Amino acid sequence: MPTTLEQHWHTSCAEETKAVGVYLGSQARGGDVITCCGPLGAGKTTLVQGFAEGLGISSAAYVRSPTFTLVNEYQGSVPLYHFDFYRLTSPDDVWDLGFEEYVESEGVVIVEWADKFPSLFSASPLQVRIEIAPSERRTVRCTSHDTTYARYFNPPVEGLRQDEMVFFCGRLMRSGGPTNP
Amino acid sequence: MLTLGIETSCDETSAAVLADGHDVLANIISSQHSIHAAYGGVVPELACRSHTQNIRPVVEAALVQADVTLRDIDLIGVTQGPGLVGALLIGLSFAKSLAYGLGKPLVGVHHLDGHVSAIYLGDESVPCPFVALVVSGGHSDLYYCPQRGRYDVLGRTRDDAAGECFDKVAKMLSLGYPGGPVVNRLAEHGNPAAIHFPRAMQRRNNLDFSFSGVKAAVRSYLLDVSDLHGQRIFQDDSFWPLPDSPQWEQDRNDILASFQEAVVDALVSKTIRAVEQTKAEAIAVVGGVACNTVLRRRMALAGESLGLPVLFPPPILCTDNAAMIAAAAAFRYEACRELYQYPAFLDLDACPNLGISETVSVST
Repeated sequence: MPTTLEQHWHTSCAEETKAVGVYLGSQARGGDVITCCGPLGAGKTTLVQGFAEGLGISSAAYVRSPTFTLVNEYQGSVPLYHFDFYRLTSPDDVWDLGFEEYVESEGVVIVEWADKFPSLFSASPLQVRIEIAPSERRTVRCTSHDTTYARYFNPPVEGLRQDEMVFFCGRLMRSGGPTNP
Repeated sequence: MLTLGIETSCDETSAAVLADGHDVLANIISSQHSIHAAYGGVVPELACRSHTQNIRPVVEAALVQADVTLRDIDLIGVTQGPGLVGALLIGLSFAKSLAYGLGKPLVGVHHLDGHVSAIYLGDESVPCPFVALVVSGGHSDLYYCPQRGRYDVLGRTRDDAAGECFDKVAKMLSLGYPGGPVVNRLAEHGNPAAIHFPRAMQRRNNLDFSFSGVKAAVRSYLLDVSDLHGQRIFQDDSFWPLPDSPQWEQDRNDILASFQEAVVDALVSKTIRAVEQTKAEAIAVVGGVACNTVLRRRMALAGESLGLPVLFPPPILCTDNAAMIAAAAAFRYEACRELYQYPAFLDLDACPNLGISETVSVST
């Protein structure tokens, strides 16, 4: 029975979704592969913007949707390769982009619309899924079967359980501190 | 002077022949939209394969149309970036081989420098300084151009490009790819004031754009519409099957017109703000979305009220093409001929992330 790591956050605006990204990015290391899925407008690019910030990429880098360009590269403490499979139709298209080389590089690979080709990710990546709830609310769900990614599931504050993490002013905080409006 | 231009950064394989840096003798664009339409987007595997197949016939067709031979060419210009690395490499390798074999100079061109250079084709009297709005499937950027060939970034999109939004909204409504022309056409029959979609970042005092909000608003509006029809027919980010009634057609056209209005509003208001901040003397609107008739009309009116000329290339020179690449190449070559000779150009490399302010030249 493989290990299953799971955690989720409820966010109530784009800033909070971005804050989850900042937290995830701060845990990232070279060689990590992260899939990022969810419907159009869920906030995938927003989450990746936070992720880039957490990875130490300057805000001047303008992390943008790679839908048209297919892959954008950013230089942080390690390189970030931001893919988008929205327009691709087969795994062959992905290989044609040189995906394998990016995955085997020193950089972090994060892929929007990765669920189009699940077979490409046999090595169990960190899976991030954003679900749209009514109004601006979102649920950001992280799972992995690979203990390499366990550090993403550690609470950002020592001794803090996942369900105690809340948002305040766009930052992840310990619950019992300032309350989540 | 005859310049051969080659462009392969994304969908199109294109080759052009230019006389004197601005007179288009030939501009062949092998539109791959028929291949891509089946897939709802650009398929790079197919794009790369078709660039390989297309490049030689497209270059030959350009030479034939211009009624010249390769020996008559004085200069070659090729897109160096940004773009898909596999696609760029095909054009670049082909251009390098030609330049080497013919003993001619070669200029690597920034794709967006190419787009802006399209305003000089046929008319070299552009007032400087000017503000350039580059708006396409991959870009929504504002530049201040103090002189020809110099670009200071004023603003960019924070998320999606405007053209990408047209494509995604068209896909939601199963209207095919690319989305720009079909949305433009159907929106003519719709009411642009029917639905108020958000205009992001209008109150912020910067020159950046954001278009993911309007895209999400259209999606959420369509979800509500599909609820009204009594069943969830919005699946896999497409609205399917489409309701079959004349009323739906009108509703759809209203949605498209209102969506287009929101995008055009944002583009025009930020461009005008850029002009006011920089005291520019003209506005240039280039890139694929510059074909949009409502954007053209609204920007021309805004320019008129400010007493400024608004320059648009003709539609065929707005979408990706090699004539604009040749124009940019000829201008840079005239400014500094020795930079672009053999063997320096052998070091030219495809740069998928090439920045426009980076010197687009080869090392000497």
